[in-house]
Amino acid sequence: MSYIETASGKWEVVIGLEVHAQVISQSKLFSSASTKFGVAPNENVSFIDAALPGVLPVLNSFCVDQAIKTGLGLNCTINKISYFDRKNYFYADLPQGYQISQFHHPIISGGFVEIEDDEGNIKKVHLERIHIEQDAGKSLHDQSPTKSYIDLNRAGIALMEIVTKPEMTSGAEAAAFLRKLRSILRYLKTCDGNMDEGSMRADVNISLHRPGTPLGTRAEVKNVNSMKFIETAVNFEISRQLEILENGGSVEQETRLFDSSRGITRSMRSKEDAQDYRYFPEPDLPPLILEDERIEAIRATLPELPDAKSRRLQETYGLPRYDADLISAEAEVAAYYEKALACCSKADGDAAKLLANWLLGDLFALLNKYGKSIDESLISPENLSGLIQLIQQDVISGKIAKDVLVIMWDEQKSPQKVVEEQGLQQITDPAVIENALRDVLIENSSKVAEYKSGKDKLFGFFVGQAMKKTHGKANPQLLNDILSKLLSE
Amino acid sequence: MFRLSLYEVQQGLKSKQFSSEELTKILLERIEKFKTLNAYITICADEAISAARKADERIASGDARDLEGIPLGIKDLFLTKGILTTAASRMLYNFIPPYESTVTQKLLDSGAVFLGKTNMDEFAMGSANITSYYGRVINPWSRDKKLVPGGSSGGSAAAVAAHLCVAATGSDTGGSIRQPAAFSGIVGLKPTYGRCSRYGMVALASSLDQAGPITKNVRDAAIFLRNIAGYDPKDSTSLRDEVPDYEAFFGKSIKGMKIGIPKEFVVDGMADDIHACWKRGADILRAAGAEIIHISLPYSRYALPAYYIIQPAEASSNLARYDGVRYGFRAEGKTLVEMYENTRMEGFGDEVKRRILIGTYVLSAGYYDAYYMKAIKLQRLIKADFQRAFEEVDAILTPTTPTSAFAFGEEPKDLVTMYLNDIFTVTANIAGLPGMSVPMELDHLGRPLGLQLIAPKLREETLIQVGAVLEDGAGFKQLEEVQL
Repeated sequence: MSYIETASGKWEVVIGLEVHAQVISQSKLFSSASTKFGVAPNENVSFIDAALPGVLPVLNSFCVDQAIKTGLGLNCTINKISYFDRKNYFYADLPQGYQISQFHHPIISGGFVEIEDDEGNIKKVHLERIHIEQDAGKSLHDQSPTKSYIDLNRAGIALMEIVTKPEMTSGAEAAAFLRKLRSILRYLKTCDGNMDEGSMRADVNISLHRPGTPLGTRAEVKNVNSMKFIETAVNFEISRQLEILENGGSVEQETRLFDSSRGITRSMRSKEDAQDYRYFPEPDLPPLILEDERIEAIRATLPELPDAKSRRLQETYGLPRYDADLISAEAEVAAYYEKALACCSKADGDAAKLLANWLLGDLFALLNKYGKSIDESLISPENLSGLIQLIQQDVISGKIAKDVLVIMWDEQKSPQKVVEEQGLQQITDPAVIENALRDVLIENSSKVAEYKSGKDKLFGFFVGQAMKKTHGKANPQLLNDILSKLLSE
Repeated sequence: MFRLSLYEVQQGLKSKQFSSEELTKILLERIEKFKTLNAYITICADEAISAARKADERIASGDARDLEGIPLGIKDLFLTKGILTTAASRMLYNFIPPYESTVTQKLLDSGAVFLGKTNMDEFAMGSANITSYYGRVINPWSRDKKLVPGGSSGGSAAAVAAHLCVAATGSDTGGSIRQPAAFSGIVGLKPTYGRCSRYGMVALASSLDQAGPITKNVRDAAIFLRNIAGYDPKDSTSLRDEVPDYEAFFGKSIKGMKIGIPKEFVVDGMADDIHACWKRGADILRAAGAEIIHISLPYSRYALPAYYIIQPAEASSNLARYDGVRYGFRAEGKTLVEMYENTRMEGFGDEVKRRILIGTYVLSAGYYDAYYMKAIKLQRLIKADFQRAFEEVDAILTPTTPTSAFAFGEEPKDLVTMYLNDIFTVTANIAGLPGMSVPMELDHLGRPLGLQLIAPKLREETLIQVGAVLEDGAGFKQLEEVQL
């Protein structure tokens, strides 16, 4: 448990998250309209989404499967009977005048996500529940000075609302939770986690209290729509509340909006303005009843998840935890890594470590430089694996390999081809190396004399000169050995 | 020809005694002639005649379907593609649906001809058809005084009784098929909840709404129902059970059947005529070999209060979509909220606004448990009452209404008394059971009286079987002609 220490004593921070994750599905939760992003406004709108009179919702069972998969992936209990409720409120982009959600009896209860806490230990953040509900549309206020426009493409898309227990104690932990959650959902392929497109959004509940006393009044910060900003938003809110409490004031229960351009939260509505949603059971839908067979069939499709993968990489190949976690965090990176490793003729710990270094170091640098994701890498896993093997087989040195990698990227060629075309193979012929060395020693006879009189440091100078002569291609080990021999003659 | 029942029209068309076009034109003329009844909101003369011609072709080529060429009235609560559908509200004064309701689609698929959209209480809220934005409907049985036709399917009931169509669709949330049928001297059947799809019906209370036939006699109801019942993947609450041939139960003996008379349905202020009618109904069934058993449904007296919580609660939510944003009526406003307020203030009538307020209230934080949850608990108890009763009896016989049709201006002044009109019918909705009103006789004022039969879940055929005996014994004479 981490505390905030001030002159007046300790404060404990309590953070809970409500994450809205858009379910990956071809069609919406209660209609057959497409969920495709980025199409013209109101293109993906069925009569149901537009809430014409007389329409009825029909539950998309694939979305239910996706929720079950998510629940299983997050160690939750799948409730075999759950119900839908209506959450009633008026807004222009909410065509029905209510949102179909699950209030009293959600499909999923409990569960947890493992994160690294502020002290670097593994910490379980427990989940309260996950329920499925429909998204609202979008109001566009910037299209005209006098009018607002409504786009219902998003209306009716399935969301999972993932609610944690109030168990996080810092902005860093909240961010770590969100990162891990996103990672798992992406592994499960139940949410693409794309916060820019709004397919994952977080509301953060924050309160402060003295250790050993009841929880303080919380403020809810809405609209935290970027992984980058969650820590900023939480930290701002913590210091805002801290200042109030330290000055003897009390925190108001309210909903605040995060303003990412200024890095602050501001009041949106107070408790008095809180809406009465008048929840009641959705009469248009029967109870959602799940059979064991269905749940087990989905369990059988669960992929290896990031925590398990990281542990396996550490145990099987002796990768450091940091590297293993980094590789496992993104399903696509892990897939790339494992594919490359499988291409190595000898996929042992050495190959695994070398590959991890090259992937996380030089290849990530190239991806960053060109703003590409691992899936868009111009170097295939096969070719990265090939490069590793050229190093391992002493065909090229690590130093040359760095150049080879860049050429592989630029010209999209295999490492073998690059090495061949540029004549970058290491010189492993002792006679060739000896010739080069002899030339160096003759050209620098005075330095040889100095060396022999005890100036050991000049050994490196001779190596450098010989490398220059061989354009860096001489096998370093051979070069060292031969030089030692020549100098002792 | 216009007095013919659905069954008779079916036979007449099949044997080519007349054509659908002839009948359709006669009925369209009558609709014009008796426009003062205000039974229709929209008349589809051209579409009807062209549909009738097509039906005649099919009949000629021996390709007739069950309802081929039969001219029907459609309650204006069923969405009909390309045909104005208003639910008798200003809110939908200009709403032309882009899709067809499942019930009307099934009727079209059976060859039916739609004469037009019948008047009703606004959003099906009412028991006298006096809340319609398009004006009240006059009961065709009116003589010296203008009578209400009952509601909310008042237009459908008046159209059938006045022979302005062969039969009509109705919808019943608390009695909206059976009560106007009783007031209008015709048959109205509310099927088991989920028997007919609700897809494309303007929703009042989703857990109670059910479509059903309004017909001239019991056999017609059986034929009509087999054409609209059945599972619909578009309605998750519709039932998957097979649809039996209800007509096959018409004329079957009821010998040995047990009919329950619930003591709780004897209420204060019930007219002597109603008592007598009820007794007569029991005598008819006894004479036909049924055993009459006095039963108790102790919680049934809470059905009405439970109904007036559940129904407005669901309605308040169902009607939230009428906000002026996407279709229908819109009043301008400076802000979004002002636009909502003006639209809903001007677009809805008083009764609708009243029920939205009641519904909003009973669902509010702090009141939900006291009202809505209590009503749901009562609903469970009422269902259990019926379950127990049906272990003992095959059907239950009650009056349909506590009074006969009342005259304009003589309608109950206080709303509670008005709502009491539904007291015998709402229990079937609350319990999700099938019920049917059968016309029995005229009271001392010359106004029709009906009796209601309630059967176990999905036993509509029992309603047909027992109802046919009741109808036969009652010998009720349908209205010869409108006297206005």
